[in-house]
Formats: sequence, C-alpha cells, structure tokens
Amino acid sequence: MSGLRVVIAEDGVIVREGVAGMLRRFGHEVVAAVGDADELRAAVREHRPDVVVTDVRMPPGFSDEGLQAAIELRAADPELPVLVLSQYVEQTYATELLDSGGAPAGVGYLLKDRIGEVTEFVDALAAVAAGRTVVDPEVVRQLLSRRRDPLHRLTAREREVLGLMAEGRSNAAIARALVVSEAAVAKHINSLLTKLDLPPDADDHRRVRAVLAYLRG
Amino acid sequence: MPARNALEALTLRPTVFLRSSWPWRSLAYLASGALLGAATILAVVGMLVAGVLLSIVVIGFAGYLATVLSGIAVGRLERRRLRLVDVDELPDPHRPPPRAGLRAWLLVRLREQATWRELGYTMMSAALFCWMDALVVGGVIYEVLTTFGAPVYMQDEGAGSRWALFLAGIPLTVVLAWPVTAWAGARAAMARAILAPRAHDADEKLIEVTRSRARLVDAFEVERRRIERDLHDGAQQRLVALSMQLGLARLELPPGSPSAESVAEAHDLARQALTDIRELIRGVHPKVLTDRGLPAAAGEVASTAPLPVELDFTLPGRLPSAVEVTAYFVIVEALTNVAKHSGATRAWISGTVTASRLVVEIRDDGRGGADPAAGTGLVGLADRVAVVDGTVALASPPGGPTVLRVELPVTEVSA
Repeated sequence: MSGLRVVIAEDGVIVREGVAGMLRRFGHEVVAAVGDADELRAAVREHRPDVVVTDVRMPPGFSDEGLQAAIELRAADPELPVLVLSQYVEQTYATELLDSGGAPAGVGYLLKDRIGEVTEFVDALAAVAAGRTVVDPEVVRQLLSRRRDPLHRLTAREREVLGLMAEGRSNAAIARALVVSEAAVAKHINSLLTKLDLPPDADDHRRVRAVLAYLRG
Repeated sequence: MPARNALEALTLRPTVFLRSSWPWRSLAYLASGALLGAATILAVVGMLVAGVLLSIVVIGFAGYLATVLSGIAVGRLERRRLRLVDVDELPDPHRPPPRAGLRAWLLVRLREQATWRELGYTMMSAALFCWMDALVVGGVIYEVLTTFGAPVYMQDEGAGSRWALFLAGIPLTVVLAWPVTAWAGARAAMARAILAPRAHDADEKLIEVTRSRARLVDAFEVERRRIERDLHDGAQQRLVALSMQLGLARLELPPGSPSAESVAEAHDLARQALTDIRELIRGVHPKVLTDRGLPAAAGEVASTAPLPVELDFTLPGRLPSAVEVTAYFVIVEALTNVAKHSGATRAWISGTVTASRLVVEIRDDGRGGADPAAGTGLVGLADRVAVVDGTVALASPPGGPTVLRVELPVTEVSA
C-alpha cells in the first residue's frame, strides 16, 4: 500500500511540514497541507484525497474545529478515510469520531505523539486508508481500565488480545505483537468474544467497532 | 469610666459633668446643627425651585438629582459633626465606585440604600430637628440674656430685683447644661441610628468582595487557558517534531550501530518528555471541559482513575464556566482522594441541577473515616467552592461509604 494522496490539516507549521516530509519520504503524495478547518474542507472538495490527516484543534477557535470538520466530511462522504491526531487522550473526541460517518471507510484516532513512532504512524495511516479502524493504545488502555467488571472473566492473555483488537490491529499483527501463532490469536479472540457476548465477526472492521462499543459501555 | 458620648455624660457626677467639656460641646453641636439645617433648607429649596423652573429643559432634572444627592453631603458633614458629642467615629456607609468618573459614582450612589437614608435624614433634619436645635440654642441664649443681662436692660426696676435675677441666672444656667446635653445626646443618637452603616451595606461590601474574588478566579482561569495554549503551540509542537525527526533518523541508521542506540535513547527521552508535557497541559487546563462541558470532562477524569467510576449526569446544558471549572476540580480532587486513601473498589459521580444549584456527589465504597482536617486537599476544595458561593459537605463514617457533596449556585444555563 503506497502512493496515497493525503491532505494534511494542522495549524502548527513545524509539525505540518514535518508530517508532510515524512509521508513523502514513504512515497505518499501530500496534495495539500493546510492550517485551518475551512481550508481543510476546501482541500478535500478540490483534491478528493485517499486519506485525511487532521489535528483536533485548529483556528479560529482553537477548540475542536478539526474534529468537527472531520465528522462533517465523513457525514458528507462516508467513504472518506480520516485519521485524527489529538494532543491528549480525549475519549469524548474519540467516541464522536468513531460514531461518525458509516462503516465502509476507515477512521483513526491517534495521539499526536505517535507521529514520532514513524513506522507505526505510517502503517496506521495506510490501515485507515484501507478502511480499517485504528485507535490509540492509550485510549484503549483507558477504556479497559474503565470497564473492569465484566473483563475479569477474561484471562490475562485474552485481555491483552482484546486491547490490541480495540486498537484496530489485524490477527496477524496481534500474533506478531504477542509472539504467538495466528491460530492461537484466533482462538483467544473467539473465546473472549463469547465471554463478552459479542458477535463472532470475521470482518476486522466491524469487529473493532463492536469491541470499542462494548468497552465504551 | 470616662463618658463616650453626650448621653453617657449625663450620668456623670454633677461636679465632674459641669467641669467637663460636654455641655459646651453639646451646645456647639446644636448650634452647628441649627446652622447646617438652615443652610440645607436654603439649598434644597433653591435646588427644588431651580428644578421646577428648569424642568422645561433637561437641566431641571439635575436640580432634582442634586437634591437627592444633597443628602450625601449632609450625611458626611453630620458624621463629622457627630464627633463633637460622640467619641466613636461613624464609618462611611458608602461603597467606593468601581471606576473613576461621575457616571460610575452616580450609579453606585443612587443604588445604595445609604444614600436614601441620608436623604431622609436630611429632610427630617430640615423639617424638624434643626428647628428644635434652634429652639434649644435660642432658649439657652434667651435665658442667659434675660438673667445675666438683667442689670443692664432692667433700668426701671430696683437694683435688688435686677441683681436677684442676675444671681438666679447662675443656677438656672448651670441646670440648663443637662437638658442641652440631653437633647444633643438624643439628637446624636438619632443621627447615628440613621447614618451608621447597616448590615445591608456591609452585605453589599461582602458581595463586592466575593465578586472580586470570583473575578480573580475567572482571571486565573483565563490565564491558565493562555498557558495551556502557549505550551501546546510552542513546546509540544517542537517536541512532536523532534520526536518525528529522531524517528526518521533511526530509520536511516544501521540497526545495532552505536549511533543508532544513542538516537534510540534520545527518541525515548523525547517520548517521555511528550508524555510529561501532555499530563502537564491537562493539569493546567482541561480542554475538553471548555469544549464539551462538565459531564464529558468528568468522563475523562473517570477514565484515568485507577478504579471503575460510574457517571450519572443530568444537566440542562452548559453551566457558567466558573461553576464548571470548580466542579471539575472538585471531581479531580475527590477522585484523587478516593484512589489514595479510601481503598475503594468503585466510585460514583452524579451531577444534577435543582433549584438553580448544581449538586455534585462523589461516593465510594471505601473504608470511610476521611478527615477534612487531615489533608489539605479537602480544605483547598472548600476554598475553591467558597469563592463561587458554594458549600461542601462530607459524610465519611468509619467503615464507609464516603460521600462528598458539593453544591454550587448556578445563575444561568446555556443550552
């Protein structure tokens, strides 16, 4: 997966140019790099990018214009993959974003710090562009710590798998992260879905949504 | 026990009283009262006439206004004059105007109860008191003239009766010291009762103080937001960029080489710095509170708590920011306490608005026995809440459960 056409919206020049340079280095095309929500809407209308990367907080109000623009864009075009970068783990924002648009397109919510994990960041962008859901591990960690009651039925390993699933990782990626076979991962997943009364779903994307919805209670 | 005012002076031993300055001071008080009264009558009548005559034009209104405000001048003079017959000074009941300029001063004065009390006093003084003062002073003068002046003006009487009257004047005059002082004392007591600051005026001062404290809190909040913005736009941006550059550098370096290791270490440090600054910024000002309001912000706090927290908020809309911020920090502090001291396994936070008060309750199933005096946290909380005129109640019997209940007045709710 390479050669994505990306629109970047970020008000900080240093970060905006840095991300643009990094994505170009990985062979993607940055068709527009803009500094506020209105420019973002215009750029998306004009370029029809494969994926949008946007900051939550942007001029003029420096509140959550970027997030609102992302949600609007997804409402107008549910096929548009959007990766939102946030300064903090704000579940409220993550939730609003995940509930936005339709299921077909990918959506991502990552901490801005993850930009530093260059490879992971570029992979996450590709995953979102491919229509998957990516959620920052920090958000997942908080969600897991919040819903402790029903989770105690899970084994420690199943909880680990659940966390990685919620981040939007594929079975293969989970297997790599835990250094086990994919078959073992599939077994854990089936068992934990059963324990949590979640529908066993082969579709990665819907599965992530189900897990997140469950965790958000 | 020296006398503190004219009325107390009356209770002194006659010898002490007569040798004291009280009778003279009383006389001076009444004489100046009569003069002030006369001046007031002239001034007020003058202003009212001017007001009536000029009422065809707008300036007439100024005449009426001046009449109303004349009480302030009279009140000030009266408070000063009172020192003649009263040791205790009367404090000024007026509040200082918030801004310089005539308009601000006028607005404050016309809203104050004290202004209208002073006007009432001025009117009573002009209509009644000053006449009585004049009567008493006139009576004294008449008595002194008729008795001590007898040898001079009673030329057609016999010398015996003239000097008898003269001599009778001495005890008469001495005796007069008491009614003069008594009337001066009574007059001063009335003036004091009307012109002294009331609890109501003090309340206004208190409200003013509270308001200014609230303003301070608001200013503080604005400042926190500014700091948060600066940190976010400056240091955080640079750290993100730094972390990204280091991440890119790591990709270039051959794995396992010494340079790759030191860059990896630098990358880790940058990552930690980012985490630190993120937590710092959150502590300075919770952005989600500004953007989404109290329930959302409480949710964020709950999600970072080390124990499960159930939320139950039913709010009619966004609350005033001072209330939201206070409630937010109450929740942060309370959950910190729960996590640190209570040994609880669960906590519940509820928030409702009833009878224009926001009631926030934080419950836990811990061991109880929380002591407000033990930790500064609760005291600090109470201070924060007091500024916005709220109350804090804590129930924490040994064995639990602990309930912290905070009520904050809510003036306006925006949807």
